[in-house]
Order: sequence, then C-alpha cells, then structure tokens
Amino acid sequence: MSSDITHTDPGHAVDVHDDHDHKPKGFLNRWLFTTNHKDIGTLYLILSLTAFMVGGFMAMIIRAELFMPGLQLVEPDFFNQMTTMHALVMVFGAVMPAWVGFANWLVPMMVGAPDMALPRMNNWSFWILPFAFTMLLSTLFMDSGGPAAGWTLYPPLVLQTGTSLAFVVFAIHMMGISSIMGSINIIATILNMRAPGMTLLRMPMFVWTWLITAFLLIAVMPVLAGAVTMLLTDHFFSTNFFNAAGGGDPVMFQHIFWFFGHPEVYILILPAFGVISEILPTFSRKPLFGYGSMVYATGTIAFLSFIVWAHHMFTVGMPLQGELFFMYATMLISVPTGVKVFNWVSTMWQGSMTFETPMLFAIGFVVLFTIGGFSGLMLAITAADFQYHDTYFVVAHFHYVLVPGAIFALMAATYYWLPKFSGNMYSERWGKIHFWLSTIFVNVLFFPQHYLGLAGMPRRIPDYSPQFADFNMISSIGGFAFGATQLIFVGVILHCIFRSKVKATGQVWEGARGLEWTLSSPPPYHSFTTPPEVTHNMVRHAE
Amino acid sequence: MPLPYLRRLSSPPSRGADLEQQQKNRKTVRRLVLVAVGMFGFGFALWPLYNVLCEVTGLGGRAIQVTDSTEQVVASDRTVNIRFDATVNSSLPWKFQAKEKLTEYNLGVPNTALYLAMNPDDDAITGQASYNVTPPEASLYFVKTECFCFTEQTLQAGESREMPVYFYIKPDLPEHIKDITLSYTFYRLGYEPSTGMAHH
Repeated sequence: MSSDITHTDPGHAVDVHDDHDHKPKGFLNRWLFTTNHKDIGTLYLILSLTAFMVGGFMAMIIRAELFMPGLQLVEPDFFNQMTTMHALVMVFGAVMPAWVGFANWLVPMMVGAPDMALPRMNNWSFWILPFAFTMLLSTLFMDSGGPAAGWTLYPPLVLQTGTSLAFVVFAIHMMGISSIMGSINIIATILNMRAPGMTLLRMPMFVWTWLITAFLLIAVMPVLAGAVTMLLTDHFFSTNFFNAAGGGDPVMFQHIFWFFGHPEVYILILPAFGVISEILPTFSRKPLFGYGSMVYATGTIAFLSFIVWAHHMFTVGMPLQGELFFMYATMLISVPTGVKVFNWVSTMWQGSMTFETPMLFAIGFVVLFTIGGFSGLMLAITAADFQYHDTYFVVAHFHYVLVPGAIFALMAATYYWLPKFSGNMYSERWGKIHFWLSTIFVNVLFFPQHYLGLAGMPRRIPDYSPQFADFNMISSIGGFAFGATQLIFVGVILHCIFRSKVKATGQVWEGARGLEWTLSSPPPYHSFTTPPEVTHNMVRHAE
Repeated sequence: MPLPYLRRLSSPPSRGADLEQQQKNRKTVRRLVLVAVGMFGFGFALWPLYNVLCEVTGLGGRAIQVTDSTEQVVASDRTVNIRFDATVNSSLPWKFQAKEKLTEYNLGVPNTALYLAMNPDDDAITGQASYNVTPPEASLYFVKTECFCFTEQTLQAGESREMPVYFYIKPDLPEHIKDITLSYTFYRLGYEPSTGMAHH
C-alpha cells in the first residue's frame, strides 16, 4: 500500500490500491472495515434513524401514559426510565450521530478532499457507537432498571440507580470517545485537507458550523466524562464528590454537568444553522446574506455557550450577582442568534423562491426555532424562571428548539442531499405530505405544553392534576400523529434509495452551488482524488 | 482473519494523503488530543476550584474559620439576630433541633448555642452534621472555637444529648448584615442509599 508519489505534488496523489469506483468486496469488508467517508457517513445516518425510532417509541410511551390523569399503562419508575432514556437516546443517538453522518458525507466533498483526514480512526469512531447504545439500552432489562433520574443525571437521585449505573456511565464514556475522535477527524480534515483555493472564508456554512461544533465537542465531552466518572466513584468506590454527608456538594455536579450541557445544546443546533444556511440560498436563488456575519455569529454563540451554564440552575440558591451575570450573558446570545435569523430572512427577501421539501423544512425551521428561541429568552429572565423552572414550559421550550429546530434541519438536510447521496430523486409529493403533517402535529404536540407549564405542571411525572387533562390529551394526540408521520419519512427515504426511477442530475437543484454539486449523483466512491482547483465562481460566497 | 483485513486496519490508505499531509494531520491530532485530555483534567479541577470559590465568597459555609483562641477578639456593642436552624437527612431517624431558635448577639462576644439531638431508634446510630451560614458573606466573619459538627456523634438507642457550638462573629461584619442564619444538617454515617428503587 505504499505510495510512490513524490511528496512535493499532492495534486497528483493517485491511489495505487483501489480503482476509483471499486467498492470493497464482501459485506464485512464494505461496512465493518470501511474507511470510506461516504460509507461511514451512511452508517452514522442509519444508526441515527434507528435511534430516532427507538427514542420516538419511548416518547410514545410517555405521551400514552400522559394521555389521561392517573396511572394507566406503566409503573412510575419505568416512566422515569423512559423520560431519561428518551433524552439520552435522542441527544446522543439520534441528533449527534446524524450530524456526524452528514459531516462525514459532506465535509470532504465540500472542501474538495478525497476522504476524511484519518479514515481508520473514522471507522473506529463509528463502530464503538453501536456497542455504547447496546450497553445503554441493556440497562432497561437489568434487575435494577435503567437510569431514571433524568438525562441530567443529578445526584443524589441518580446514585439511587442500581448497579446498572455503571453501564450508563461507561456507555457515556464510549459515546464521548466516539464524539471526540469524530471531532478531531473533522477538524483535521477542514484545517489540513482543503483543496487549493478553498480558503477558510470560502467554505460553505455547513463546514464552518461543523468546525466550530467540533471544537465545542472536544472542549466539553471530556468534562462530561469527568462528571460521570465522579458519579461512578461516588456510587461504587465511596468517594464524596457529590455526597453532602461526606463533605461533597451535589450542586457542584449541576455546575460541572451544565458546563458541558450548555455547549452541548449548541453542538446539537450549530450544524442545523449551517444546513439552513445552505438550503435557503439554493431555493431563493440568491447568495447567503451576510456570510461573514454568519461565521462570526456562530463563533460568538460558541464562545458565549461557555459562560451561561448556570441559567439551568437559577433556583439552586445562587448569590444575586451570579444570577444577574448568567441572566445577562444568556440574553446576550440572542444577539448573534438574531443576526442569523435576520440573515436567513434577508436571504429569502426578493429571492426567486421555490418551495421544494428541503426549503419547506428550512422555512419551518426558521419560524419554529425562533419560537423556541423566544421562550428561551423568557426562561433567561431569572425572576420569571422561578415560576417556569422544571415545568412543562421548559419541556416545550427545548422541544421547540430540538424538534422543529435540530430535527427539522436534519430532515431538510436529508431531502436536500439524499438525491446527491443516492442518485435518485425522492417523491416530492410524499416529502411535502411529510412536511405538512410534521409541522401541524409538532405544534399540536408541543404548543399546549407551554400552557401546561405556565399553569404549573411539573416535568418528569407520570401522573398529574385533572386540571391539566385537556391540554395533555391534545399534546398526546399531536404526539401520536407526529410519531406516525415519521414512518412516512422512513418510507420516503427507502423509496428514494431503492425504488425511485427518477435519476438525479449532478447539480440536483437549479440554484445549488458548491463543490459537492459538481460531482455526479451519486458521487464516485472516491471523489476528489485529484483536488479540484477552487475558483471564485464555484462557491456561493463572494469574499 | 484474512490478511487484507488486518492490512486495511494497520496501514493508512494512501489515497490523497502524502507524507506531508500525514505529518500535518498527526500534528493536528496531537494538539487536539492534548486539548481533550486537558479538558478531562479540567473537569476534575473544577472540584478544587469550586471549593476555592466557596471559600472566597463564603458560599456553602466553607469560609467559616476554626480557631482555639478567642483572646484577640474585641467585643463591640453592635448586635445582630442569629437564627439557629436544624435539619435531619431522611436517612437518619433522629430528632434534632436548636434549643433556642433566635438570639440577639453582641458582635465579638464568645457565645454558646445549644442543639438537642435524640435517637428514638432501637440501635445506636452514628451521624455527622454539615453546616452552612447565610448570607454567605457572613461566613467570612464567622469563627467557631468548638462544634459538635467537627466530629462524628454516636447516640445510643433512646439517648438524647445537648450539642454545643462555641462561636463568635468578628466585629468588622459589614453593616448591611443584620440577620444571620446558622444551619446544621445531620446525616447518617456509613449509610448506603438504597439501590434498585425500581422494585417495590
């Protein structure tokens, strides 16, 4: 496998081993041992869609129990395991791997690189994930049950989890290692592997947002690993990090957890910002408005994410100065976020807009994510937060930014790039049906939860006072319908890949710009083995 | 396992990655791994940092000073109200309360506060108390000379005991502090939280 190329000329590094479109033979060779960024991207996306279904099924159990007041279907402790696992599976299993999957597929093609910088590590980053999730989900079948203290794993409650806590902690360790390796790979690819002419400020926004996301991941996943390690030793080895009786402090866990947790929520949403910044210009047939400010806004959001963590714990008994600092710092985030929303709207302004499915999801994202952003601003007001804290208002807030936020952006990305990945067009008719049903029912599902929260319904409970019955029933109906609608999504994807007769062109979308659209659809197994010379008119942004 | 599998995993694919590129990548990886390892350490460093922050600000009662001598204290005629609060953790079946709930205290004067603890259980139980002071700023001026919270306390079955705290508050306590609460929480020592709450 040695290369006999002279090292002064990277432009002509041809592969001496594999023919260009020669995929490895055999199932194991192709998938288990693959080092190809497109194959690994596909694996990540399959894992993510599976986790989305598993986590969604847990959400259905939650909404079924909450359909009526009283305890109908499940034991309270199992209900708590469902809320905890739903969050862990959705955050670490559905959204994060989906973004890594898209990064794997797209970043090398977008920057004109032949593959990720570290292909073998890439294989390893993916393949530890199925094991991590098997471990995490297996706790549900253990005697001591799965974790039931909420995904934030607050002690002392979480320390009452039985021996299965060890499995949860090690699963989180493995997911963290996977994320860190994936991030290192993405950063190395973006910094070292860009084609000649692909300057940093010519990179597509998706690449920019992922570069910043990857730095966030490397900075905070190890902190989470440290926090859960302390839980582990407190539980099994009699340390007293969080044990008040032994001189520790459970509040310290909340500080450490949210030092990870707040950047984590931007890890989930920044790549979404990138995707929306790709899609809106394509279907508005205009360059992205304010490209430079988009880059700086992303960086600013990432920086601010490190100094706002305690807004998750306003009611913990902080000094007034602390509450004020975290309130103002949190509100500051709405400035760069507002810049982004302004730029998206300005991109569409006076554009020749068409409304294909990716565009519909992108516009849905802009509108509904902004609703979630505004309820976030309400929560940032310290005095008001004392009323909202730990109520369904919080649940409504973060589901608005995560479901019609991150998940809609993932769906937009799927419809946008699936024709590129598969070479086939999806069914526009079913895509649109999927969009409209999703948009209607996601609001039926989550909007009433604002009212429930304002009326005082606490989160993470299997039973509630009868006064909350009507809104809960509406929310549950929305939940079941939204859940069922996602089966359409799976159907559209499978149809597009395996049944669709309509071939996609290389460019796929009339207004699409960027290196990935210069390749055929599907792209060759090894693309850009010779780096393209990137010129001004090949990228969307004028510098 | 056939050899090509191993080769695939053990040698880097040559496509697109010439030597210079590989060196650049290795350098990037080394730096980023260092950052990740450093941040793992930072997670643990938050523990001492948190304690330092508490000591500086007085949060969590950690700034309360412990000393043997009361000689250099000068009594002042300024007074503050001190409330004595007592809590028992749910794992400990004791009864625990302050003998006097509220007192008017002369700054700088060595004082004694009495708490009462009683063990209604059929077995001897050992507990230890943690403490806190609000407002946090006041703990920077709070000095204890002796306290039942410094040591483990064992109560025999049915035994009750007076538990004293010897303390004084420095006269240079900021003017705006008029009320201080001293709070104790008793925990059971050697207590393992029940596991497997899933099974009723």
